This record gives sequence, structure tokens and C-alpha cells, in this order.
Amino acid sequence: MFDFLEGYDLLGAFWVTVQLTLLSAAGSLVWGTLLAAMRVGPVPLMRGFGTVYVNVVRNIPLTVIILFASLGLSQTLNINLGAQAFDTINFRLAVLGLVAYTSAFVCEAIRSGINTVPVGQAEAARALGLSFTQVLTLVVLPQAFRSVVGPLTNVLIALTKNTTVAAAIGVAEAALLMKKMIENEAELLLISAVFAFGFVCLTLPTGLILGWVGKKVAVKR
Amino acid sequence: MTSVLYDAQGPRAKRRNVLYTVVFLVALAALLWWVYKSLDDKGQLDWEKWKPFVGSEAWTTYILPGLKNTLIAAALSMVIALPLGAVFGIARLSDHAWIRVPAAVVVEFFRAIPVLILMIFGNALFAQYSNVTSDDRPLYAVVTGLVLYNASVLAEIVRAGILALPKGQTEAAHAIGLRKTQTMTSILLPQAVTAMLPAIVSQLVVIVKDTALGGAILTFPELLAAVSPMSSYYGANVIASFTVVAVIYVVLNFSLTSFASWLEQRLRRGKKSTGAVLAPAAVGGTESAGTVV
Repeated sequence: MFDFLEGYDLLGAFWVTVQLTLLSAAGSLVWGTLLAAMRVGPVPLMRGFGTVYVNVVRNIPLTVIILFASLGLSQTLNINLGAQAFDTINFRLAVLGLVAYTSAFVCEAIRSGINTVPVGQAEAARALGLSFTQVLTLVVLPQAFRSVVGPLTNVLIALTKNTTVAAAIGVAEAALLMKKMIENEAELLLISAVFAFGFVCLTLPTGLILGWVGKKVAVKR
Repeated sequence: MTSVLYDAQGPRAKRRNVLYTVVFLVALAALLWWVYKSLDDKGQLDWEKWKPFVGSEAWTTYILPGLKNTLIAAALSMVIALPLGAVFGIARLSDHAWIRVPAAVVVEFFRAIPVLILMIFGNALFAQYSNVTSDDRPLYAVVTGLVLYNASVLAEIVRAGILALPKGQTEAAHAIGLRKTQTMTSILLPQAVTAMLPAIVSQLVVIVKDTALGGAILTFPELLAAVSPMSSYYGANVIASFTVVAVIYVVLNFSLTSFASWLEQRLRRGKKSTGAVLAPAAVGGTESAGTVV
């Protein structure tokens, strides 16, 4: 029944999807946290930069960002992120695009988490004489992170699904393989079911496990 | 400007902030200079490459038809997905397990799958099992994918909107002798719709953004798909074309987002409502699923 799978590297394609997800997740967590810190910080210019970045990036389709990375950055401006092979270039560009896009949502999630930390926490920290950086990194962010596991999980699940956009610039991940298989094989419904199942396998456990973790670490108030 | 996170600034803090501002400004300027330099080296800033967007030809031939298709696909998807989503959202609240459980399975299933997979599936489905012409097929496929995904997201919005209403509404309706259906259609839904409006408007942003997938993968002639013919016609003005298209998306989506938050504030202030308002999904993008409540 599943002989149509022969000759296709199904696991390899999903492995690329997983790699895209994990690398972009790590990158956007760092950049998104920095953006959030800028947006709540005392320096007006950084606040402005953070606000503009988030509002612009959030409103551009991810497809536009990723296609721009390929057609604009790589092919027009020859920015290849230190890679030579075509495949590696596109993979790195896709990660770059996903990080640039996802970090805007990570930033907003973390900012909403900062708002859930009671005012007294920051006030007490300031009363101890801590600086802004200390208040943020020692008192507020640790508590904020514990309360945003849920929202960040949603961002991660969305990121997993968004990695399919990398198919637009020819990264050999799941969606591209699905398109190729549908063109060559007859079993449309079966192929689609296999890929749908693959994504359900990636996203459902993420949601369940991190949902459990989120409940575990949430600050009881 | 004061905040809970930092003290009112004294002379030293002010000086430090000026220093940070200057350092950040220098870094930002260096970045912009590098962008300018690399654009200029490749001749992407030549007036020749930007001139087409001042005239009308680029707009009437490439951009406006693309934008029209984007808007058509988004509007169609929203109009079809909304009633579907309402049906599934209400079905998930049913008292009968044989309605509730299948509805929940369908909704969770389509929320777990990337829209692109649904679009590719729709495209092949129409190619094999229908006589939709190959010209119309991308539109059908894009709308199918968007409807399947967004109907399940909207179902969650509807469900959350109804659950957000105070319990007294249902109790009062039952007390005056309304049936379950009557309670839903004449008491709960009308109030829930107002509460859901901001969330629905911001879902529209997600739909508009996702139409671009159709342009990139399924040759649906929308706004993003206008970039490559446009840039090859006007002499490889890739950067200029992308900039114009991105600005259009930002303006369109930013006004939708602003409209959603204006609606939300207005509803929160309103005295007549029950005070139940669903915030527009804090996390937009393809990701709004699940961030709604």
C-alpha cells in the first residue's frame, strides 16, 4: 500500500524540517528577547527601533521575507552567509528569514509575559538599588519566562508549520517533497495523509509536552 | 518617561542613556551604511530601477492586478471560513458527544497542519477530481487551503467568544424558557460576535499574509507573484520591487491591525456590552491559532 514511498527520502525531508525549526527557534528566542528588552528599556531610540521592527516585520508575509532573502540578498546582493553550495545557501537564508520573522512574535509574547509579573516585584527590586539590566535579568525576565511557556509554545508550533515556506526557495523540506511526490505519483490522498500525519506528529507532542512543562513551571500567584 | 522597570532618571542615568543612544545610533548608522553601500555597489539604487514606480504603468500592469487577486482570495476565504468556523465552534460546545468529539478532531487536525500543505493538496485535488480550468485552479487551491485552516482557527475564536460570556446569560435565557438553540441564536451568538470582532479582523491579517504562499508555490497571480515579472521587465530592480510590495503589505496589514485594536478598545469602553472582549490574537502571522483565548 505504501510502495509509492520508495525512492523518496521522507525521513530526510522531515529531518530538514526539524532542523529548520530548532535552529530558527533558538535564533528567534535570542533575538526576540533582545527586542523585548529594547522595547521595555529606558533608551527611547531602542524602544523606537524595537517598536518599528516588530510592527513592520509582523505585517509582512513570511513568504515575502524568505523570497527576498533568496532573490534579493543572495542573488542580487551576493550575500550568501558564508556558504558555497546552493543547498546550504538556501537553508541558511531560510533560517535567517524565519528568525527575522518569528522573533517579532517572540518579542510580543515575552513583553506580554513581562506584564504578568506583579508591579511589586520590580518595585522591590528597584528599592534594593538594582539597575534596569539587573531588574530585568535577575527579577522580571525569569518570572516572565515561566509564564510565557504557553504563548511561546504556540509560536514554536506555528514556526514548525512555517518552515514549509522554505519550500518557496527550494529547501528540501517536507512540503517540497510532498509537492514533488504529488506530481510524480498517483496516490494523492495517501501522500497527503502521510505528510499531514508527519506534521501532526511534530506539532501535537510539542503542544502536549510544553503545555505540561508550562503548567509545571508557572508561578503560582 | 518613567516605567516600573527603572527609576526616574537622575543626571548620571541621563548621561548613561545618552551614551547608549549614541552607541546604538552609531551601530544602526553603520548597518544602514552597509546596506546602502551593498545596494549601491550592485546598482540597485539607480533612479532607473525605481522610476517605474513613479509612473502608472508598473502599477496598472503588475501591482494593482496582483493586489486585486490578493484581496479577492482573502475576502473569499474569510467569507467562506466564517460560517464554517461558526458551525464548528458551536458544534464543539454541543451537549452531545457524537457532535462535539468529531468537530474537535476536525478542528485540531486542520490547525496542526501547515496551510501550504493544505494548498498543495487542494491544487492536486482540483487537478485530478474536478474540471476547474488550470487558470482558475490556483485561486481555488489557495482559497481551499485558507478556508480549511482558518475555519478551524475561527472555530476556536467562536468557541472562546461564547465561553467568554458571563454564565448568567445562559442561565437567564434558560430561566425565561428558551431552548438550547434559541439561547444560542438569540442570546449568546449576537453578544459573542461583538466580542469576537477584533479577533476576526486580526485573523484577516493572517489570511492576507498567507495568500502570498499561493503566489510563491502555486503560481497564483497575487501581489508577491508580481515581483519577478516586474523586476525582469524593468531591468532586474529586485530590491525596488520587493520594497514596494512589502510596503503595500505593511500598510494594508497595519491598518487592519490598528482597526482591530481600535475595535477592541471601543468594545471594552462600551457600557452596553457584557464586557467580554476577545483580544486580537497577540501573536499574529500564521501563528494566531491557539493564541486567541
